[in-house]
Amino acid sequence: MSIGDTLRSLADRETVFPLFFERQPPVVDTSKSILLYIEDLTVSFDGFRALNDLNLYIEEGELRCLIGANGAGKTTLMDVITGKTQPDAGEVWFGQTLDLLGRNEAEIAGLGIGRKFQKPSVFEAQTVYANLELAMRMNKGILPTLLARLDSEQLDRIDHVLGVIGLQAEYSMTAGALSHGQKQWLEIGMLLMSEPRLLLIDEPVAGMTAQETERTAELLTSLAGERTVVVVEHDMAFVRSIARTVSVLHQGSLLAEGSMSEVQNDPAVIEVYLGEGH
Amino acid sequence: MSVATTPVLTGQASAVHELRARAPLFLAVLFGITVLAAIGNLAFPQDSIFHVSTYTITLLGKYLCYALLAMAVDVVWGYCGILSLGHGAFFGLGGYALGMYLMRQIGDRGVYGNPELPDFMVFLNWQELPWYWYGFDQFWFALLMVMLVPGILAFVFGYLAFRSRVVGVYLSIMTQALTYALMLAFFRNEMGFGGNNGLTDFKDLLGFDLQADSTRVGLLLVSALALGLAYVASQWIMGSKMGRVILAIRDDEPRTRFIGFRTERYKIWLFVYSAVLAGIAGALYVPQVGIINPGEFSPLNSIEVVVWVAVGGRGTLYGAVIGAILVNYAKTRFTAVWPEAWLFALGGLFVAVTVFLPQGIVGLFRERLGGRRA
Repeated sequence: MSIGDTLRSLADRETVFPLFFERQPPVVDTSKSILLYIEDLTVSFDGFRALNDLNLYIEEGELRCLIGANGAGKTTLMDVITGKTQPDAGEVWFGQTLDLLGRNEAEIAGLGIGRKFQKPSVFEAQTVYANLELAMRMNKGILPTLLARLDSEQLDRIDHVLGVIGLQAEYSMTAGALSHGQKQWLEIGMLLMSEPRLLLIDEPVAGMTAQETERTAELLTSLAGERTVVVVEHDMAFVRSIARTVSVLHQGSLLAEGSMSEVQNDPAVIEVYLGEGH
Repeated sequence: MSVATTPVLTGQASAVHELRARAPLFLAVLFGITVLAAIGNLAFPQDSIFHVSTYTITLLGKYLCYALLAMAVDVVWGYCGILSLGHGAFFGLGGYALGMYLMRQIGDRGVYGNPELPDFMVFLNWQELPWYWYGFDQFWFALLMVMLVPGILAFVFGYLAFRSRVVGVYLSIMTQALTYALMLAFFRNEMGFGGNNGLTDFKDLLGFDLQADSTRVGLLLVSALALGLAYVASQWIMGSKMGRVILAIRDDEPRTRFIGFRTERYKIWLFVYSAVLAGIAGALYVPQVGIINPGEFSPLNSIEVVVWVAVGGRGTLYGAVIGAILVNYAKTRFTAVWPEAWLFALGGLFVAVTVFLPQGIVGLFRERLGGRRA
């Protein structure tokens, strides 16, 4: 564009400068009904292959459980998907069109992938309500954040999520004062506030009481369908209670995949993971 | 169901909420004291018991500048966890920017009577004004530079440091190096900022004689106004959603990044804001003390500021103000009695506060008054 054109566009009162557009995340194309493609993924740390030619496909709307022994590469896989770790080889696609590799954490979060960490990491100094507000899907730029006021729709959304995670009564408590299980739910609530397409949940029931575990299972199954949920978990009883499809990782590769009973009867799986106990 | 008719967004043991509640009290005390002092100085004769000496007025003004500097440090340290050991750099730059204007105002009243060049340049046999001194004969330009120079330096520094995800003690060391480098640079005569002696011998500001009582009182009132405005602005920022993001960054930056906030940008702009506050504090300081020299950049000065904030209490804004005023009052008294021991006293104070009063004086009172949180 010539300087003259630029000046004219500046003088034009109808011009909306790109600065003022709210940035829309690109559309996720799931026409083949697969939301996440992981192909030939390899990650090594100092020669140790945490992931080794891993292939995994997650369908839209499903609730998938990833199991595997310690060091099987489950957390590394999550790290790669969320942009914390860059792989040595392989591809990760979100829908048909979005390449996740080379994007940073904030960008990937903006595309609609939410992650819950193993250790509850809520903002303990702030209230439950403020935690949810922070996680809300909205423009995360500085000026919009500085001037942000909650509108009624957003208030309703926070109320709705408070209901889903069952923390209505605790909304004004500081998150640090919650019990372990409540913190985990709050964190799932924070994920929901960002309205993700894909939820990655790392060991949600570790350290929970039986009741809390049951409540978490209900929560996760209620989320599947509307959203796609990937759960990493060690607790086999819990996996059995929620999973429709289970993927077993072993030494960084996919060992078996199928329903819980199929996987449990797979001889390879029995040998390396489930062992005699199951 | 709707639980959130009144959203509860103020976490942090309600520190932010407390800020809002304390603002009127803070402003009332601040303006109350300064206005009373002003009246005491101007309206009462020397022998009246209500008379406030000009010395006290200038001292108060100086304390308020320090308080503003401490607040600037509290904004980044107390709320965002960025421990800056180099805020003296921004304070000094703001001071130099106004100092240059004051030098140009001297005109031909200097020792050498050169209408164009400040004395030290004549002394160095310089023939003309260096280009970076242009414009400083205009007050508005100097005022702009007071904010722009520290702001730009903070932006560049923050951009490089926060983008590379430098945090914690490494960042503190870098800020320390920044102010040290500036000190060495400003000590050089060739820099054109008066070298070792700095800028001094100021005559007047906007036509007001700097030695006059009324000018001194005016500067005190302007300092109080700046401090009050900075308090209100900082409180507004910390009470907004941006403030909650900043607290989140302090407590868990990677987590905040995963939510989708570009934390480095928040840190850069908060750092710039803080540097601008420090620059304004420096600019108000210089006409009141009558000199600015490279000593202001000394790393020790910046560390002292951190001690003020720690003593007062981090993350409360008014804590920093209380800390700055108390420690400096102690310094004024102490150095009059036993000057050599002051640094030991300061060091001891820092250790004592860290061990016994992690929340500072403000934290102590909050606890005593049946605080909100254990």
